Amino acid sequence: MPDCPESLRKALKSPKCAGVSLTYHRHGGLSRRQVHHRYTGGMRQSDPFGTPGNQWGHGPEAHWRAGIDIGGTFTDILLLDERTGASWFGKTLTTPDDPARGVASAIAQVLQDATASTTDLHTVIHGTTLVTNALIERKGDRTALVTTRGFRDAVEIAREHRYDMYDLNLDLPRPLAPRHLRFEVDERIRADGSVHTPLDMGSIDVVASHLREAGFGGNSGAVAVCLLHGYANPDHERAVGDRLRTSLPGVRIALSHEVAGEIREYERTTTTLANVYVQRLMEGYLDRIRDALSASGSPARLLLMLSAGGTATVDTARRFPIRLVESGPAAGALAAAAHGRETGRTSLLSFDMGGTTAKACLISGGVPPVTTEFEVDRVYRFKAGSGLPVRVPSIDLIEIGAGGGSIARVDRFGLIKLGPESAGADPGPACYGRGGTHPTVTDADIILGYLDPAFFLGGTMHLDVQAAREAIRLHVAAPLGLTIEDAAWAVHSVVNEAMAAASRMHAVERGKDASAVPLFAFGGAGPVHAAGVARILGSREIVVPYGAGVGSTIGFLVAPVSFDFVRSYYTRLDTCDWHAVAGLLATMETEGRNLLTDAGVNLNDVTFAHRAELRLVGQAHQVTVDLPHEVLDALRPGHVDGFRARDGVQDAFDTTYRALYRRSAPPVAIEAINWRVVASGPVPVVALPTPVAPEPIGEPLQSGVIGAGEPTLLGGRTDQTVVRPVAWPDGSGSRARPGNQGRRGGWAWMDTPVVKRADLRTGVSAIAGPVIIEERESTTVVPPGWSVCLETSGALVITSGEATSPRNVTP
Amino acid sequence: MIDPLTLEVFWSRLIATVNEQATSLMRTAFSPTVAEAGDLSACVFDPRGYMIAQAVTGTPGHINSMARCIRHFLDACPPETLRPGDVLVTNDPWKTSGHFHDITVVTPIFRAPRSNSPLPLGEGHGVGDTLQSGETGWAKRSDYGAGEMVRGEVPDLVAFFGTICHVADIGGRPFSTDARELYEEGLFIPITHLFRAGVPNEELLRIVRANVREPDSVVGDLYAMATSNDVGGARLLEFLEEFELPSIIPLADEVIARSEQAMRDAILCVPDGTYRHSLTMDGYAEPGRPGEPDREVPITLACTITVTGDTLHVDFDGTSPVAPRGINVVMNYTEAYSTYGIKCALAPDVPNNEGSFRPVTITAPVGSILNCQPPAPVAGRHIVGQWLPAVVHGALAQAIPDQVIADGSSSLWITQFSGSDNRQGVGTGVDGVGGGRRFSMVFFNSGGMGARPTKDGLSSTAFPSGVRGVPAEIVEARAPLLIMERSLRTDSGGAGTHRGGLGHRLVIRADGTTGDLRFSPFFDRTRVAAPGRDGGHAGGLGDYFLREIVPSDPPLPPQRPHPKATTSVPQGMEIVMDLPGGGGIGDPRGRDPERIAADLRDGYITEPA
Repeated sequence: MPDCPESLRKALKSPKCAGVSLTYHRHGGLSRRQVHHRYTGGMRQSDPFGTPGNQWGHGPEAHWRAGIDIGGTFTDILLLDERTGASWFGKTLTTPDDPARGVASAIAQVLQDATASTTDLHTVIHGTTLVTNALIERKGDRTALVTTRGFRDAVEIAREHRYDMYDLNLDLPRPLAPRHLRFEVDERIRADGSVHTPLDMGSIDVVASHLREAGFGGNSGAVAVCLLHGYANPDHERAVGDRLRTSLPGVRIALSHEVAGEIREYERTTTTLANVYVQRLMEGYLDRIRDALSASGSPARLLLMLSAGGTATVDTARRFPIRLVESGPAAGALAAAAHGRETGRTSLLSFDMGGTTAKACLISGGVPPVTTEFEVDRVYRFKAGSGLPVRVPSIDLIEIGAGGGSIARVDRFGLIKLGPESAGADPGPACYGRGGTHPTVTDADIILGYLDPAFFLGGTMHLDVQAAREAIRLHVAAPLGLTIEDAAWAVHSVVNEAMAAASRMHAVERGKDASAVPLFAFGGAGPVHAAGVARILGSREIVVPYGAGVGSTIGFLVAPVSFDFVRSYYTRLDTCDWHAVAGLLATMETEGRNLLTDAGVNLNDVTFAHRAELRLVGQAHQVTVDLPHEVLDALRPGHVDGFRARDGVQDAFDTTYRALYRRSAPPVAIEAINWRVVASGPVPVVALPTPVAPEPIGEPLQSGVIGAGEPTLLGGRTDQTVVRPVAWPDGSGSRARPGNQGRRGGWAWMDTPVVKRADLRTGVSAIAGPVIIEERESTTVVPPGWSVCLETSGALVITSGEATSPRNVTP
Repeated sequence: MIDPLTLEVFWSRLIATVNEQATSLMRTAFSPTVAEAGDLSACVFDPRGYMIAQAVTGTPGHINSMARCIRHFLDACPPETLRPGDVLVTNDPWKTSGHFHDITVVTPIFRAPRSNSPLPLGEGHGVGDTLQSGETGWAKRSDYGAGEMVRGEVPDLVAFFGTICHVADIGGRPFSTDARELYEEGLFIPITHLFRAGVPNEELLRIVRANVREPDSVVGDLYAMATSNDVGGARLLEFLEEFELPSIIPLADEVIARSEQAMRDAILCVPDGTYRHSLTMDGYAEPGRPGEPDREVPITLACTITVTGDTLHVDFDGTSPVAPRGINVVMNYTEAYSTYGIKCALAPDVPNNEGSFRPVTITAPVGSILNCQPPAPVAGRHIVGQWLPAVVHGALAQAIPDQVIADGSSSLWITQFSGSDNRQGVGTGVDGVGGGRRFSMVFFNSGGMGARPTKDGLSSTAFPSGVRGVPAEIVEARAPLLIMERSLRTDSGGAGTHRGGLGHRLVIRADGTTGDLRFSPFFDRTRVAAPGRDGGHAGGLGDYFLREIVPSDPPLPPQRPHPKATTSVPQGMEIVMDLPGGGGIGDPRGRDPERIAADLRDGYITEPA
């Protein structure tokens, strides 16, 4: 059965069989090459872009796919050979002056490592922080707003709310269009889409002449058109857009019903403004990347990662750049979900901790959740409400200012607080020895023995322990009268608490229990802190994937081409015009079909998900409900059955409500706000990257019983075992109890073996903690009372309690 | 003494429990003011009734009132009489937050001596189950109020969780200041049980249902509040178990002591002395007889702040007596907004709890508008109560001018509409008598804040209230109204080195109703502008009038109905509200010329002052 390619292919596509492994290791009888040969055949068929050789003009030998993530400090790249599943990681410094150059050089570098040529590359999938950065640094186009008479200030009046109850000096986010660039036209549409005041074309011409005077035209300026109830009837917005395009050629114009066709004028306006504000910047950037790719001789097709976890063509990205706003973090969550699907963990808590922030995302059913509530350019970085709302579908994750570079300080109550200020890459944590003097999480981790100062980034960067100690002493230990080690322990614990609290809250808000699922840890600092966070959450299993340090790049390779559409139709279900709903859904499907086939997806491969945002009359928080098959059947154009549709939607709402709030919805009328369609191409079937090298060396790893300070048996290489003192919580095995050891805060030094991840072998008994496992991009921490084994997927699996056998994954 | 790390961990865990409690309520409550505007609060108290943490969301009128309400609950229901599964409720204005629309629900949380499993939130404990049958679902609530009960053993009372939320309706007159006596303002629920040992108090619920206009929404909110307290309670019990803490009292003592010390330290920085200030507000002007001008009854709010070492006392002697209509303030609410104003100025970063209240004492003469007695009407108490931060800031400005802001529009401009919705396909009203669906819509609007010592005031931003505005598109989808204008009022921010925030104009008309539109305004600052400080100019005065949509020939002059009385808006007329602006700080000639140029370019001002 496992050696049947057809069943394997099915299993890979079917979530029910997600426990089946992709990699050959688990199907004992097969050789690597055999499986990958067959497997590649399957992938070709399900490739969203058809057979590359036919459609994209490169030869049949093009079988490489690259994912590239440009972060603040590093540009991460993952190159995957689809024929063999072999993968190469690369990390280069980001080139902030021209990120496109960094992309090109990263590709060149990794292709060279893999001894592949640019012609072998058929697809490059890219995520970028360009949009976010442009909004934070306000580096976009000069942007104007055109709105309904009487409403040019709605975007400044906003929600009339202070996001901090006590701070009298707070600042509110500035609208992207200043008041002198906000104009009004004579027109008015009602909530039901009917026209109250017809559009006065003369008033548009007045606006156009003001814009010309202000220097809009030629190749400068951007205009957002957002008319009241434009989501319900887009005619006026279209007419305004057409007229402005004619009279102001070269100006970028965005219409609110296209960018975010949702009710609530403030949020729709800020989203439309943000989109058009970054549009020209994005166009230039995409052109340069495309140029760089073709200059390198690569025929590869460029796709962009969207915040919602799908990919889009360059053309779509140019029109809706705001949809890329969270593409990096989205890729991380996708990577976690993909890994989970393939190892039978369809529910997990994705935990991605980098230099500046930590991101948590609760995944269930193998798919990350998507939200449309998102904020950019927060005045206070992580304070909800202090930013500009952006209503675009994004993977629903929580991001907090707790990364390796987050700065620790003591507040006026004598409590240790972290971030949100980050030391960033420059000057970086004190231990980087580049002039940073503030103590960071990384500094604490060095002092506690979790990180090896001589093996940071595989030893390419040496860390200064003395500088770390001095920073902690000066800013934390001395003010609190603690020893440096106690202070470092406190910093380490506080950051773990903050991340656990945020993760728990994230789960609770979605009706889930964070402790019930494995913690999937990646990002440079994720595997260092995962065990601490897991202890607080009460998680029993931690998974650290192969390549955890650059883990999110995998997400780029497993994302389908897809796009989300939304229309508002605000109605009570009992008075709803179901023909109208059927019409909305059909229109969105048509748009989706066109967009995806234009992107090269076969018509037969386009699939749709239909959703409605519903709530009880009177409630403000809407619940997103998947419309079941019965409802869609009752909404077929020409065969609309309103009663069946209503009952079906009602039932679906009740089910979702109960799952979220653990109680039935009261018998109150239900109203619908938004209707959504997600059009997707097939999910690329890609093997998870596995280590390239590992031909088993010698005998399998002995069952390792590693007691404190005892020599260890790792692959029979006792001579190579390194031991160093590491700080661990007291009361090993149970949850942390910082209170029970008085001022010591409950920790103790313990001599702990340190091993290289590459030396670990799969398929052997687990190793009991404590142990530190090092690799180039990250370090995995396994405390006492936990044990670790290497799964065949290449992931480290850390479980609480006694050492157990490695996870048995059988088809 | 708990070590700093442990304290940080425990304290943040405590705050996480109340945030979860608030989130649960916000997502399941029905009242539109809770749902759209965030008009709710959530807190945890130790068994002695000391408030130890509040959710980050909410509004000061609730939070600080609730901190003081718990003692009334304990008086009415001493701890030894409480059992697991009990839930208490009241809307007594004098014991909680000042008017009937705010309902407070308090749940004692018990731990069974032998139970050591986290208490699950069970399936089927739903409002839906109970709205039809009181016997199902909720009868099991005691399971997670107390864990497994063992006969003869007394469970430990470990905490109280409390929430306040503004419900959609409470009977009586529609929400307005019109009443002359409390009895007109709706249903009075004295402190009583909402649940007894997990069983809902069906008699109370029947009385509530029979009295309010939107029974499903109100009863739904009562259950949502009880559930949210359970969410907080369950999380707290898990926390206590995880760290094997027998009680939260030592933690409460630590939290309170540190907060109290920080508050005392902040007061120490204020020079000792006595600081007096008084403000005059429109008050409730009595309409004059036809042909005669209104009989103006302005209200004086006077305060004397005495700072002695690390204590601060506020006395409101000299304040006007109670008003004849529903704008009177109970002492609890007076304390709530006074302490809020002081805390913002002195110690914004000190956590708000029992400890931060202790060094501050508040008194007001009995029978004054700030300490009214039953049966004074109180529905619109926020109009006066929300001025109190400005009053105390005025006094503190003499001592710590760099820490207080200038006066702004102060009270929310609440708008309450009702009538008949005749539209098809949109709207969410319920079936009413005589054709159209009855609708009721309330939303909040805010004028400008006063200038800050180093920054301009915020335009159209609620202060001191913590609520939000509602989008025009939501208003229009829900109710047969059209908002024709929502624009900043040029020149309404008081000039100064730092300019006051601008107010805005709101123009609203009926669209799709039959008959007149009923409109209850809650407006002040239409006669007395927000004063500037240190040479700064006053903010723009508020205004409210009705005007013809299509001027007749000759045009009719605008009508100016009473800004606090319910009025009928005739067909063909629209409502114009000009919200007041905030006062400036410092001589306008000292303003940065670049900022003046920017203000001119953006049309916030028309000419330099």
